[in-house]
Amino acid sequence: MDRRAVYKTAWIGSLLLAPQLLLVFTFFYWPTGAALFWAFTLERPWGGGNEFAGLDNFRMVFSDTAYWGAVWRSMVFALGSTALAMGLALLFALFCDRQLRGYKAYQTMLIWPYAVAAPAAGVAFRFLFAPEAGIFAALNKIHPEFWNPSINGIHAMILIVVAYSWKYLAYNFIFFLAALQSIPRALVEASAMDGSGPLRRMWDIQLPLLAPTLFFLLVINITDSFVDSFGIIDLTTGGGPSKATTLMVYKIYFDGFKGLDYSGAAAQSIVLMLLVMGLTFVQFRFIERRVHYR
Amino acid sequence: MADIDIRSVRKAYGKNQVVHGVDLSIRSGEFVVVLGPSGCGKSTLLRMIAGLEAITAGEIAIAGDVVNNLEPRERGCAMVFQNYALYPHMTVAENIGYGLKVAGLSKPERTARVETVAKSLGLSEYLDRKPGQLSGGQRQRVAMGRAMIREPKVFLFDEPLSNLDAKLRVQMRIEIRKLHNRLGTTSVFVTHDQVEAMTLADRVVVMNGGHIEQVGTPEEIYRNPASRFVAGFIGSPPMNLFDGRVTGPGEVQAHGIVLSVPHAGLKPGRPVTIGIRPEEVVLGAAGSNVASIDVDFSEELGSVRLLHGQVAGADFVIQVPATTAGPKIGRFSFEVPARAVHLFDAETGNRIGTAASGARAAA
Repeated sequence: MDRRAVYKTAWIGSLLLAPQLLLVFTFFYWPTGAALFWAFTLERPWGGGNEFAGLDNFRMVFSDTAYWGAVWRSMVFALGSTALAMGLALLFALFCDRQLRGYKAYQTMLIWPYAVAAPAAGVAFRFLFAPEAGIFAALNKIHPEFWNPSINGIHAMILIVVAYSWKYLAYNFIFFLAALQSIPRALVEASAMDGSGPLRRMWDIQLPLLAPTLFFLLVINITDSFVDSFGIIDLTTGGGPSKATTLMVYKIYFDGFKGLDYSGAAAQSIVLMLLVMGLTFVQFRFIERRVHYR
Repeated sequence: MADIDIRSVRKAYGKNQVVHGVDLSIRSGEFVVVLGPSGCGKSTLLRMIAGLEAITAGEIAIAGDVVNNLEPRERGCAMVFQNYALYPHMTVAENIGYGLKVAGLSKPERTARVETVAKSLGLSEYLDRKPGQLSGGQRQRVAMGRAMIREPKVFLFDEPLSNLDAKLRVQMRIEIRKLHNRLGTTSVFVTHDQVEAMTLADRVVVMNGGHIEQVGTPEEIYRNPASRFVAGFIGSPPMNLFDGRVTGPGEVQAHGIVLSVPHAGLKPGRPVTIGIRPEEVVLGAAGSNVASIDVDFSEELGSVRLLHGQVAGADFVIQVPATTAGPKIGRFSFEVPARAVHLFDAETGNRIGTAASGARAAA
C-alpha cells in the first residue's frame, strides 16, 4: 500500500523542505566548504584577501611536532574515555538488568548526566577535582602533590577522561539496558538450567547477544571522543598544563581563534574529518563482520 | 532419577497469591503432567521446582534433599522451554553441548556425547547449523537434546509442544513418551492441552486457580472427576453439566427429568450438579432414565457425530457413532445409564461418591 503524499506542484514540496535544507546548508555545508577553502589558501587574520597555498598548509601541520603530540593525546583520550564510558555503562546496565535492590532509582539517576551540558559538567568536575578543595585536598595533605591536574599532565588527562566519560556513560547505559532487556529472559534461564552462574551467563549469553549494540556504541564513542571533547577541556584544563590536554580538536580552536592561524586550523579540521571518516570506515569494514546479528 | 516432594508450596507476587498450598509427591521415574487453564499456576509450580522462581512458603525436595535455597544448577533438573530458548549465536552442537562445557568436560568428550545425543534425535546432519536455520520440529529436538545430554535427575517441560503445528505436535508427543520409556527419567510436563495430558501421563495433576483439583491416572481423571471443574475440563466435547436436586433415595431431578442414580445416602432436597458425558448416553428409548433432546445442529467429526440441542431447555451435547442411521436433526429419545450419571455438590463442586467408585482423590 502506497501511503506517500504526492504534491502535484514541485514548489510546495520545495517550500516545505526549505527550512531544513537551509539549516543543513548554513550549519554544515557552508562551514565545511569554508574550511576546505581556507585549508588550501593562506588566510589573512584580519581579513582582506587571501592567496592560494596548495598543500602548504598541510605540510606545515604535518611537520609540526606539536601537532603529532595532539594526535597522540587524542588517541590516548579516545581509548581511555571509550573504555571507561562503555565498561562502566555495561556494568551498571547488567546490575540494573538483574533488578537488584533499588535498580529503578539507579536507572533514572544514571540517565540524567546525559542531559547536562558539557560546559556545566566541565565546571562541576573542575571544582570536584580541584587539588585545593574537597577530597583531593585531604589526600594532598597526607601526600603532597598526590593530585594536581594544574601542574601534572597525567592528572589533567585523567581529569578530562573522567569528566567526558561521565556524560557518555549515561548515553551508553541507555543503549546497553535497552539491549539487555530485549534478550529473551528464557535464554538466560535456559543457561541457568544448563548450570552456569551469573558471570558465566553474562559472558556466554548476554555479551554475544549484545555484540551489535557494543559495536554501534564503539563507533559512536570513538568518533565522538575525537570531536566532542572541546567543552570539557576548555572549562577544566584549558588544554594545559603545558599542552598535556591539548587534543586535536582543542588545538584547532587554539590555533584558529587564539593564534589566528585560520588556514592552519582549517587544514587540521580537514585532517580530523578525514580521520573520523577513516576510523568509521575501518570499524564497519573489519569489526562489523565479527558481530553476530540475529 | 529422583522423586520429587512438594509440601504446602505457596507462591505470591506481593499480595497476589498464585499458588495456594500445593502438596504433591512424584515418584521416581514417573511421568506427571500438570494440566490446567492458563493462569492456574502450573508454570509457576514448574519454575519453582526448577529454581527459576523463589518459593514463598513450603518446601520442595528432590531425591530427598530440600532444594528451596539451591541455585537451578544445583538441583539436577533440565528444562525444555515453551519457545525452546535456544542460544541464537551458537550452533546446534554448541547448544546441545553447552551444559557439558559449563560443567568443564573436555572437548573430545563433549563432542562424543553431543554426537550420541544428536544421533538419537536425528539431528546429526544439522550440528553445524544455527537455530535460525532450523524448522520448528528440529528446534524442539535441539531443546530436548540440550536437556538430555546432562543426564539430569528430573526433566521439566514447560508447554514444549504449543508452538508446533498440529501434526508435528502429535509426532513430538509420541517421541517424548518414547524417550521417557527409554530413559525412565522422572518428568514433569506442564500443558493446557488435555490430549497431551491424557496421552503422555502416568498421572495427571489437574490445577485450577492455584489449587490442585485432582491427581490421578488419565483413566481415573476421566472416569471419576473429583470436582465439577475437572468434569468440565476433561473430555472433548466436555461433560454436560446442569443444576438439579435430590428428590428421593437414589433419584435426582433436573428440568423435570427424573434420573435414578447408584449414589447412596443422598438427602432429599440437596442441590446437586448433574454431569453426563456426551459419549455415555445411548440413543433410543429402551430402559429407564429416558429423556428427549431437540437437536438443532449436528457436527460430523469423521468417526463420530456430535448432536447439539436442548434437553428441557438446557444445552446438551450427545456423541454418537458417525454410522448412526436416520435423521441428524429433530427430536430424539435417549437413555442415560445410571452408572453414567456423575453428581457434584452444588456448593463445593466436589464429587459425590457412589458405592462402586468411592475413590475420591484428595483435592
